[in-house]
Amino acid sequence: MSYIIDRRLNSKKKSTVNRQRFLRRYKKHIKDAVEDAVNNRSITDIDKGGNVTIPRRDISEPIFHHGEGGMRTKVFPGNKEFVVGDQFQRPPGGGGGGAGEGKASNQGEGEDEFTFQINQEEFLDFMFDGLELPYLVKKQLKNATQYETRRAGFTNAGSPEKIHIVRSLKAAHARRIALTGKDRKKIRELSKEIELLKQQLPNPETSLQINKLNEEIELLKQRLKRIPFLDDFDIKYNNLVKIPVPSSKAVMFCIMDVSGSMTQSIKDMAKRFFILLYLFLKRNYKQIEVVFVRHHTHAKEVDEQEFFYSRETGGTIVSSALDLSSDIIEKRYSPADWNIYIAQASDGDNWDGDSSKCSKVLHEKILNKVQYFAYVEITTGPHQNLWQEYEKLQSVWAECFAMQQIREPADIFPVFRSLFEKKSEGAA
Amino acid sequence: MKKREPISTGAEWTFEMIAEYDHEIGRIAQEFGLDTYPNQIEVITSEQMMDAYASIGMPLNYNHWSFGKQFVETHQNYKRGRMGLAYEIVINSDPCIAYLMEENTMTMQALVIAHACYGHNSFFKGNYLFKTWTDASAIIDYLLFAKNYITHCEERHGVDAVEELLDSCHALMSYGVNRYVRPQPLTADEEKERQQAREEYIQRHLNDLWNTIPKKEEGAAPSIERFPRDPEENILYFIEKNAPLLEPWQREIVRIVRKVAQYFYPQKQTQVMNEGWACFWHYTLLHQLHEEGLVTDGFMVEFLHSHTSVVYQPPFDSPYFNGINPYTLGYNMMQDIKRICVDPTEEDREWFPDIAGSDWIKTLDHAMRNYKDESFILQYLSPRLIRELKLFTIMDNAEKPTLEVTSIHNESGYRQVREDLSAQYNLGNREPNIQVYNVNVRGDRSLTLRHFMHNQQPLGDSSGEVLRHIHRLWGFDVHLESVLPDGTVTKSYHCPEIITEGETDSLL
Repeated sequence: MSYIIDRRLNSKKKSTVNRQRFLRRYKKHIKDAVEDAVNNRSITDIDKGGNVTIPRRDISEPIFHHGEGGMRTKVFPGNKEFVVGDQFQRPPGGGGGGAGEGKASNQGEGEDEFTFQINQEEFLDFMFDGLELPYLVKKQLKNATQYETRRAGFTNAGSPEKIHIVRSLKAAHARRIALTGKDRKKIRELSKEIELLKQQLPNPETSLQINKLNEEIELLKQRLKRIPFLDDFDIKYNNLVKIPVPSSKAVMFCIMDVSGSMTQSIKDMAKRFFILLYLFLKRNYKQIEVVFVRHHTHAKEVDEQEFFYSRETGGTIVSSALDLSSDIIEKRYSPADWNIYIAQASDGDNWDGDSSKCSKVLHEKILNKVQYFAYVEITTGPHQNLWQEYEKLQSVWAECFAMQQIREPADIFPVFRSLFEKKSEGAA
Repeated sequence: MKKREPISTGAEWTFEMIAEYDHEIGRIAQEFGLDTYPNQIEVITSEQMMDAYASIGMPLNYNHWSFGKQFVETHQNYKRGRMGLAYEIVINSDPCIAYLMEENTMTMQALVIAHACYGHNSFFKGNYLFKTWTDASAIIDYLLFAKNYITHCEERHGVDAVEELLDSCHALMSYGVNRYVRPQPLTADEEKERQQAREEYIQRHLNDLWNTIPKKEEGAAPSIERFPRDPEENILYFIEKNAPLLEPWQREIVRIVRKVAQYFYPQKQTQVMNEGWACFWHYTLLHQLHEEGLVTDGFMVEFLHSHTSVVYQPPFDSPYFNGINPYTLGYNMMQDIKRICVDPTEEDREWFPDIAGSDWIKTLDHAMRNYKDESFILQYLSPRLIRELKLFTIMDNAEKPTLEVTSIHNESGYRQVREDLSAQYNLGNREPNIQVYNVNVRGDRSLTLRHFMHNQQPLGDSSGEVLRHIHRLWGFDVHLESVLPDGTVTKSYHCPEIITEGETDSLL
């Protein structure tokens, strides 16, 4: 007797837990691989999944086995010309005696690296593992303007479309039971009496009594009927309440210096940084807008293509960009509705008199409205005046202002991580 | 016999066709006297097949990263087209579960049904090793118990603690089997019931063993008797019962790993026979189907194509050579036994006087029931097959600069080749023989293991690491000594490592 079962529709992901255990165990290796990929990949596929390679010795499961040496005999098939007593050199790699399981991986290639793929989601998980948006919670509810309706039990009042039928009928049923209990009990007792009387020999007296009792029952039954099936106060309504939810919208300002001193490679590094920030924000907010502001002596809002690829030269006045950003915030992105992030990249070069103005604009107009302002200086030289000016700001706006320096592409990811590393609660 | 209409003509399969093939194959199998468990044939997708691969072929198993690694590796190789998946997996359970891949053609499904559902199935039911070591009706329940228990432990004690423990147990999995003592068959219900009682009992029992209250001292000359009195081959068992520091739940997990190892032990010992038996029967059963006109010639051509590639043995100097193919050896031996019964030559009568000319069905059935690879080869490998496969033996003595051919497929070599090949399938020779030798009960509680060397073969290079796992389980110092048959210790390993190098050197 055989049973034939179609299992194809059963869940396929039986190994998911085991796979996660595996990833968890080799987290460090995977993180390294991810970091590598982030630094070396072309910008457009920075967030694709990727290959992770782990040295095979790190994931081997040791068992006792025979090592090389000693005496062994092994039987082989397909003899062609050997006769007893033939002697020949040991083949290289000690294969002849056959240490057996030693090097054999089942695909027949003695690989010493174990390579596997992780998908995009996992890739991003590892990429942003341990990072968080700073002070997210604190700001989240302060200016909440969005609400979400959630269920919150039942009430006795409400509009008809919210009637909960099952609850209402249950309540009615309970009320009916409660109100009629006494009468029904009485009816039962009376009918029992009638039964008893009927068992006696029929005589006028008992039949009279029976009639009387029947009348009484009839009366009670009428009383029962008067109890309504459904009463007003039986009706229950679904209760919905409004709960403020944090804004799920974010806007990200990319501010970049495009003056003559910014070479293509510096811009490239800036772009990588912006993309990382964008991917990171995308994981936290449902809706993201990106505003590109570039500046030399004048600031201008541009589209992405122009932002990264058009070339201009000129001096540098950083404050122009900050002014423009501040205007845009005022016009389009009210801090009540939007989570505002600003990332500024520059080589640190600024016109001498302008830096103090920059910090003034930041201090007065911008930092009180944004969630986070990150400044990265991409330079190999010493810090310039803008950096020194910003340093003063840092002590005042410690919670939403951060600055870091990037010297070479390999720094980008570590710098990004250090900007968004999970911080202890203390600072708030 | 009257020719009948073929069951199917195309490559596509349907559930009705599978049922019909199964019915016909089952009927023929019964005519040949195959005794099987009921079959549960499950059609699955390739992805599910990979899941099954990853949990060592079982429909369910506890969670561990190594299964995840296996899955990732299989998945990767399959996706890159580096390997195909098996056409089927069959589980030694009652009813016998066989997985068929959705991608197979009708011919392949029929082949797999004959191979797994009647070949392997009857082997599982009949072979003495499976009978003594496994309880087919209980394994699924037991695995469910194990999975739940381990999940429970993870909740109570943390994933990391359980994972570490499982790592250590897995390293010793091959040493969790009693080779000589016949075990109790395992049943899930009893396991559950007795588990609590066992936990308590063990804990109390241990306290006796490790009692630190000093006994009367005078006259008690420290006895030189060892503990255990005789060396213990089942290291996991010894640890479960005697490791001083393990918690009850840890002992239970050691036990689970041990029981699973025991369940798979017969499969390791009967690979050649099991596959040979299944190949022989799919060949025989499908030919019978053809005989009766139930399958087309095209079906047979496709079947023979995959049959021959399964039982192909590349010669030793081929780039595809990867040891002796157990399918080839097993299948050919089965066919050879049939030949000896049906059509014996003079040579066969001389070598196999008791089976030459006998009823082949009975003889094969007897062979299937009462042997394992090692004894099967020693008993039944015929000179003719040795000639056909052109088997020869090479001796590799590490002390000599060259390899030597010691025997080949000729009159004077048959017996030696047969013995050598049989020894090759002796698990005792393939895996180092390591046993618990002594525990320093009165001193530092150190555990000493002994590796009884076979043909002076030393241990491989991962031994140190395995020792660390044993140390984790035992909790105190662990020593491992490789000993020659005459009792001299050639090499010793220690965990934690002993720093005075001079001492270990002097042992060499």
